Amino acid sequence: MRTDTLLEQLCKINAIAGFEASASNEIKEIFGRYCDKVWVDTFYNVIGYKKGSSKNGKKIMITAHYDQIGLIVTGYEKNGFLRVSNLGGVDTKALLAREVTVHGKKDVFGVIGAKPPHLLSGDEMKKNVKLTDLFIDTGLPDEELKETVAVGDPVSINSQFVRMVNGCAAGRNLDNRCGVAACVLALEKLKNIEHENDVYVIATVQEEAGLIGAISSSYNIEPDIAVVIDVCHGDMPEADKASTFTLGKGVPVGVGPAFNKNVTQQLLKLADQEGIPTQLCVEAGDPGTEAWAIQVSGMGIAVVEVCIPLRYMHTGAELVNLEDVDTAAALVSKFAAGRTVRLSKEDADDTDTD
Amino acid sequence: MIELVRELAGTYGPSGREDEIRGVIRKKISGKVDELYTDTLGNLIAVKKGNGKRIMLAAHMDEIGVVATYIEENGFIRFSNIGGVSPVFSLGQRVRFANGVCGCVCYEEKLKEPKDLNFSKMFIDIGTNSRERTMEYVSPGDIAVFEAGTIEQNGRYISKALDDRIGCAVLIELIGQLNEVKNEIAFVFTVQEEVGLRGAGTAAYAIKPDLAVAVDVTNTGDTPGCNPLSIELGKGAAVMIKDGRTISHPLVKNKLIDLAKRFDIQYQLEVIEKGGNDAGSIHTTAGGIPSGGVSIPCRYMHSPCEMVDAGDVKNVVKLLKAFIQSED
Amino acid sequence: MIRTLIELTKIDGVSGDEEQVRKYIEERVEKYGLEHMTDTIGNLIVRAGENSGNLKVMLAAHMDEVGLIINHITDDGKLKFAAVGGFDTRILTGQHVRIGDSKIPGVIGYKSIHLQEKKERESAVKLKDLYIDIGAKDREDAEKYIKLGDFAAFSSEPVFFGKNRLKAKALDDRAGCAVLLELVKEKWPFELYACFTVQEEVGLRGATVAAKRVAPDIAVVIEGTTCADVPEVSGHEISTEIGKGPALTFIDRTAIADSILLRHFESTAKKESIPFQWKQTVSGGNDAGKIQVSGSGVRVIAVSVPCRYIHSPVSVLDIYDLENTKELVKKALLTLPLVFDGRQKND
Repeated sequence: MRTDTLLEQLCKINAIAGFEASASNEIKEIFGRYCDKVWVDTFYNVIGYKKGSSKNGKKIMITAHYDQIGLIVTGYEKNGFLRVSNLGGVDTKALLAREVTVHGKKDVFGVIGAKPPHLLSGDEMKKNVKLTDLFIDTGLPDEELKETVAVGDPVSINSQFVRMVNGCAAGRNLDNRCGVAACVLALEKLKNIEHENDVYVIATVQEEAGLIGAISSSYNIEPDIAVVIDVCHGDMPEADKASTFTLGKGVPVGVGPAFNKNVTQQLLKLADQEGIPTQLCVEAGDPGTEAWAIQVSGMGIAVVEVCIPLRYMHTGAELVNLEDVDTAAALVSKFAAGRTVRLSKEDADDTDTD
Repeated sequence: MIELVRELAGTYGPSGREDEIRGVIRKKISGKVDELYTDTLGNLIAVKKGNGKRIMLAAHMDEIGVVATYIEENGFIRFSNIGGVSPVFSLGQRVRFANGVCGCVCYEEKLKEPKDLNFSKMFIDIGTNSRERTMEYVSPGDIAVFEAGTIEQNGRYISKALDDRIGCAVLIELIGQLNEVKNEIAFVFTVQEEVGLRGAGTAAYAIKPDLAVAVDVTNTGDTPGCNPLSIELGKGAAVMIKDGRTISHPLVKNKLIDLAKRFDIQYQLEVIEKGGNDAGSIHTTAGGIPSGGVSIPCRYMHSPCEMVDAGDVKNVVKLLKAFIQSED
Repeated sequence: MIRTLIELTKIDGVSGDEEQVRKYIEERVEKYGLEHMTDTIGNLIVRAGENSGNLKVMLAAHMDEVGLIINHITDDGKLKFAAVGGFDTRILTGQHVRIGDSKIPGVIGYKSIHLQEKKERESAVKLKDLYIDIGAKDREDAEKYIKLGDFAAFSSEPVFFGKNRLKAKALDDRAGCAVLLELVKEKWPFELYACFTVQEEVGLRGATVAAKRVAPDIAVVIEGTTCADVPEVSGHEISTEIGKGPALTFIDRTAIADSILLRHFESTAKKESIPFQWKQTVSGGNDAGKIQVSGSGVRVIAVSVPCRYIHSPVSVLDIYDLENTKELVKKALLTLPLVFDGRQKND
């Protein structure tokens, strides 16, 4: 499948954090094309299962969250306006003058407004706008608005998917539909590779709202090894070089306390052997991804992370290099299939203390 | 109801020291449930047996308080907070320790700006004048709760510790109203909610319910100069959609809304940014337990004069009763 | 025990990189002939005591220490870093560190005071403006020795000084590790697991999973705790005092001590005439927080060795505090069955 077509399809889906139920079937349908079995769990995590050829294989879980940031209706203002709060880490700098869809009884289009600049003092202009200063203008009569939209309804931020020069693409929801796309492409590759390991590919929910999907699915699957695919920051002028990564120069692999050292080393070695370009993404503590929750699930899970660099995160103009999505898929599929994947002596999980 | 509320709210039970309040609740419900036990952390778990779904209702027993940390040479007690205590609300209040000794919460006089007020500039006076005398009554580590009476006026209950003794009252009332149940209902009076939702998670881990509902109080947006919030006192039970910790599971949230509509129970919808209740820790326990919340709107939370509406409380009881009896 | 502690503080083990500390402890418990295992995240779990069925006790001390992690190498061969764990970053300028498995020495640099503008002088240096200099010519040269993700630990040799005082880095919580290594040698009348945990400093991570594996009834956490008995601090702001014995925590930001355990430790100390003190502030937290809420709940208590200048290369403890910590925990645990055995776990 073409990466850009797949990604465009995925980015169009609305799966706002905590409100993924309606989107789960579409993801399930896509996963289903390449899996032995696919199901949706209680929390709407979508799980695709590919059985391994050996009973000595490991249980490998690959996760990419499919939820997106958005807004939630908190109340009404006279004349068709709605007050909102955030679902996930919304960047208010990127909200002014945007289009949105309010998902009420039916979808309602709106624009985000605020007090106009000429009514603001000089000081106010210097400050970043707060979410409580913003409102959604639906243009509907109050009665009809109340009829259609309830407090607690989710709101998605609209933006188009564009193909750019140099193999890049931009739009909304690339965080983390890029990861979901890499999962799908990896599944596609695994169809043609003989693999000993049992592979569970999971599109998880509510990453943006407290890693809920990662917590529930890692507890239920109990994998030996987990691979998290998520986006990281791309290189931007003025941004700290240590936490940003050049697009198209290989996929950053997480290193730091959150990640299992031995398995990460195996992953990097494999990438080296296969000629798959990688970079190193150093995280001193909580990497802000599902890895942090999965690592301490149950009695502990060995986690590695593969990232896709993305610029302007949590805006409607997220930008990635499609080549990085392909690279991530190549690395993750080879890793999941590999015989080399094993927990070293230090990681041996045999409870020989008993 | 007011008598029950008064007794519960007036009983000592700060986070981590819930023995006394647990004793009072235990007495009220013993004999009315099929199983009644206390777990390791001190959660009180009351089970009505049934063959249907297993549903957990959680209301926390603990209340906020202050802990003595240091006794001054001249007998004054330095203290810190247990849970979200506001220095401003504490000022000039009386507090009571487990042994009944009362103290006044005062501040260092040379403090000029209200914004500089914090617990390290405050102390408790129990009327002694030496460390030795104070130590006869209070040692570092002893915990006190705020002291204030409970009244009913204009259809409102006003008291300290309505957060969440009013939730406990709701659960006790429900237990009294139920006879046979189809579903299995675990009524859990949880501990240590105010210090990080600690009790509910471990209780849920042991119970492993199919669905869970936290019964707690929630802030309102109906007082002068308050932050915008669509919850009002007297407008019915608040069905939680989202708080700072949890986005309610559709299974719980939708069912609650459907039932409120079907039985014509007055309700409102709750979306808040900050803070969380027991649902937050139940939700992520043991592979995930679909959770939500039914809240009692409450003004002036964590103050000695928390205020709830008696009608809202009735609606919360009605809605929860419908929820636990529902067989779909 | 003090010799063990000194050896332990010479080892580097920043959160996420505890391997060397674990190796040392592993060798010791092997000598004692104790069963042990290392779990996925890296906790070392050692089994001691009898399998009496009634009581399962977990002891926890963390192996990791605060430190730095290299996250970027500049074109001119300087190493940029992030802090691992929470500490006062103002202490960093001019410190010595050693980096990675081959312990490459480096110093933390910032432009000299002469070159700083007035405003820069007046404000604390931001972490992002600091770097480690290993003397490399340029990036290429630096990369011969350093790779991204290498951990840097403070370089600070243990020194005895003053009256019964020991200065070293990482006393939090190698002190606890040293106590545990003594305690596992005892004969215990119940099942006892000594857990040497990882990643405490970045969020009590190791204990989270260790507690799930051990599933104890009771857990005792042995920690280094802050000690603010220095000038210009008024009495009530002092959490513990050095030399006044082990500190019992009634409450901190992560856990409320089980009241039965707390009373038992208090009365043991009084009966055995072991000096002890209350931790008089409620700040901070430790592994007890995660253990307490593990599974269906665990009774916890934390016993701490007071350490001045904790989380710095120059933390200080009193060797008698260390000794008394061990004594108190030992005595209290030996009489534990009198308090809990036969007692129904739940009333």
